[in-house]
Amino acid sequence: MSESQEKNLGIASIGDDYAVQYGFRDVEDYFHKSPKGLSHEVVEMISRLKNEPEWMTKFRHDALDIFLAKPMPQWGNTALLNSIDFSDIHYYVRPTEKQGRSWDEVPENIKRTFDRLGIPEAERKFLAGVSAQYESEVVYHSLKEDLRKQGIIFLDMDSGLREHPDIVRKYFSTVIPASDNKFAALNSAVWSGGSFIYVPPGVDVKIPLQAYFRINAENMGQFERTLIIADKGSRVHYIEGCTAPVYSTNSLHAAVVELIALEGAYIRYTTIQNWSHNIFNLVTKRAMAHAGATVEWVDGNLGSRLTMKYPCVYLVGEGARGEILSIAFAGDGQHQDAGAKVIHVAPRTSSRITSKSISKAGGRASYRGMVKIYPQAHDCRVSVECDALLIDGASRSDTYPTMEIDAERVRVEHEARVSKIAEEQLFYLTSRGLTEDEARLLIINGFIEPFTKELPMEYAVELNRLIELEMEGSVG
Amino acid sequence: MSDRKNIFAFYDIHVEIEGKEVVKGVTLEIKPGEKHAIMGPNGSGKSSLANALAGHPNYRITSGQAYIDGKNLLELDATQRARVGLFLAFQYPLAIPGVTVANFLRTAVKAISNGDEERLKNFRKELLEKFKLLDIDQSFAARYVNDGFSGGEKKRLEILQMAMLKPLMAILDETDSGLDIDALKIVSRGINTSAHEQGGVLLVTHYQRILNYVKPDWIHVMMDGKIVRSGGPELALQLEEQGYDWLKIEPVGTVGR
Repeated sequence: MSESQEKNLGIASIGDDYAVQYGFRDVEDYFHKSPKGLSHEVVEMISRLKNEPEWMTKFRHDALDIFLAKPMPQWGNTALLNSIDFSDIHYYVRPTEKQGRSWDEVPENIKRTFDRLGIPEAERKFLAGVSAQYESEVVYHSLKEDLRKQGIIFLDMDSGLREHPDIVRKYFSTVIPASDNKFAALNSAVWSGGSFIYVPPGVDVKIPLQAYFRINAENMGQFERTLIIADKGSRVHYIEGCTAPVYSTNSLHAAVVELIALEGAYIRYTTIQNWSHNIFNLVTKRAMAHAGATVEWVDGNLGSRLTMKYPCVYLVGEGARGEILSIAFAGDGQHQDAGAKVIHVAPRTSSRITSKSISKAGGRASYRGMVKIYPQAHDCRVSVECDALLIDGASRSDTYPTMEIDAERVRVEHEARVSKIAEEQLFYLTSRGLTEDEARLLIINGFIEPFTKELPMEYAVELNRLIELEMEGSVG
Repeated sequence: MSDRKNIFAFYDIHVEIEGKEVVKGVTLEIKPGEKHAIMGPNGSGKSSLANALAGHPNYRITSGQAYIDGKNLLELDATQRARVGLFLAFQYPLAIPGVTVANFLRTAVKAISNGDEERLKNFRKELLEKFKLLDIDQSFAARYVNDGFSGGEKKRLEILQMAMLKPLMAILDETDSGLDIDALKIVSRGINTSAHEQGGVLLVTHYQRILNYVKPDWIHVMMDGKIVRSGGPELALQLEEQGYDWLKIEPVGTVGR
C-alpha cells in the first residue's frame, strides 16, 4: 500500500488538522491583563475591576494568605507539582469590556472560536443558555425565556455575585473552604468566571445547561469558580466541555466547583476536558447531597501534563446517593492522577464509583480513591469499580484505593482490573478488514462505552473523535 | 504461480506455532462455486491451517504458496486478506465488550467495502434481512460482541458476519461444534444462502453431521498435519461409520486432487 493510499483510508491524515481545529489562537486583544505573578496587589486589582462587595475582597485576601502559607501537597506527582512557577503566570485577563447579551453582540473573533470548535448552529439554538468562558471571564451569556420564567438562574459567577449577592454569600465556599488545599486557596484568591446556577424548589430543568470555555493567552492561568444549587426536589444537568488549544509554555488550570443538592434534589455534572499537553489541571470538585438527594459526576479527562482531580460527594442526609463515573486517558508524557471521593455521613446512603483509565505510549494513569463511612452512617451501600487498560508495555497504571469503614451493616463491593488489548482480539478484528489501529480504537471505544453512553450524543461523538486523535500515530 | 481458474488455492503449505511444525505440506484447489470440507481428528492441524491462511500472527507459514482470486495471499496481512475477500469464521470468537453487534458489523462492512458507499447505504436493511434468515432477534444488534453470548449465539454471529461481508472465500473453523440440531440447521441455512455464487467455502470440521446440511463437493481428511485422503461426499459417510482409525493403517491416498 502506497503512502497516498494510506492517506485515502483516512488513517494517516487523522491528526493533520489538529492544529487548525484545536490549536488556533486568536490575536490577543485583551482589555485588561494583570502583570505576571501573585500578590495582594494583584488580588486587590482583580476584586476592584470586578467591583466586588467588601466580603469577597476580604475572602480573596484571606485565601491568598492561606495559599502562601500552605506547602505543596506531599503526595501525587510531587516532582511535577514542584515544577510550577507561580511567579510566571498571569492571574487575570479580561477579554472584552462588557458581556454580550445576545448572540449578535458577541465579538466576531469569539464567534470564530466557536465555529472552529464546531458547535453547530442547530445546537446553539438547542442550548438552553450558553455561557462561554473565553479567557478568564464569561463573554457571552444567554438565558432562554422559559428558563427565566421558571426562576432558574444561570449566569457566569461574576454576574451571579452582582445580581444575587445573598444566594452567593449563603453558599459560596461552604462546600470547599479556601483552606481545603493549596490550589483551592489559589482559586479562592484569584477566581474569575465559571458558572452560577440556582434551581428553585421542585423545578425540573428539562434540557442540559451547557457552558463552553477554553484557555487562550499564553502562560495564563484559568481559575474559574462554579457554584450550583439545586433547591429541594429540583433537577438539573450541567455540562461543560473543553477543547484546548496547543501552546508551548506551561499553563495552570485550578478550578473550584461546588454543588449543593438540597433535600430530594438531583444534580448531574458532566465534563469532558481535553487540555493541551502542557497544562497543569488541578481541580477541586465537591458536592453536598442532602436527604434523599442525588449527585452524579460524569468526568472525562484527556490531555494535560498533569491532572489531579477527585470529584467528591458528601452524603450528609439520609438516603442520599452519589455516583462518580470517570475516564482518564494518559498519553506520552502525561500523568492522569484522577479518582473519586465519597464520604458517607448519614445512614442509608449509597454510592457508586466507576473509574476507567487508558494509558499509552508511556503515559501514566493513577486511580486515587477514598470512601469513608462514619459510625452513624449505618446501612450504607458502596460499589467501587476500577478498570485500567494498558495499550503498550511502556505505559503505567496505579490504583490507590482507600476505604475507611466505621459503621455497621455496610455493603461494600470493590473490583479492580488491569487489562491489555489481547492479540487474539486484534486478530479477530483485523480478520474482518480493520487495520490494527482501527481495531485498537474500536476496542478502546468499547472499553469506555459505559462512560460515553451517559453523554449526550454530540459529546459522545466528540469524545470518540478526541480519543481517535490521541491514538493517532502512537500505536504499532 | 497465477491460476485464474481457482478462486482459492494453496500449495505445499507448512505452518509452525512456536517453532513446532503443525501443518506439514498441504495442497488444495477450490474452483468458483465449490464447497470443500476438511475433516480430521483433534490435533490434526486443520484449525492451524485455517488460522494461518487468515493471517494469524502466531501461525507462521514457513513455506508454500497461496492465492485468492489470483492474488498472492502470503504477501498480504490479515487486514488485507479480509479486504480481498477472505473470511474466517472463528472456532472461539472473541468478546469485544462495549462494542455493539450493529456497530461492529457496520465498521467491518465499511472496512472491506473499499469506499463503496452503496454497501453502507443498504446496511440497515440488509442487517434486518440477515437477522430474519438466521432467526436472530433484533435486540441482538444492541448487544456487545460475543460478550456473555452462549456458544450457539457466538456461532450465529460468525455466520451473520459472513452474510454481511459476503466473502469471496469463507473458511469456517468448527462452526458446527457446540450447536444443537435446530441451531445447526439455521447456521447451515445461513452458510448455504450466504456463500458467494462465484466464491468458495472451506468447512473445517470434526464431525460429519453438518455435511448433511451444507453439502460439500469434496471432502479431505487431515491427519498429523497432512491431507491423507480426498474424495466425494461419500467419504464423509464412511468416516461417520468407521471413524478415522482405519485411515492410519491404509496407505496414503491422493493428496489434493
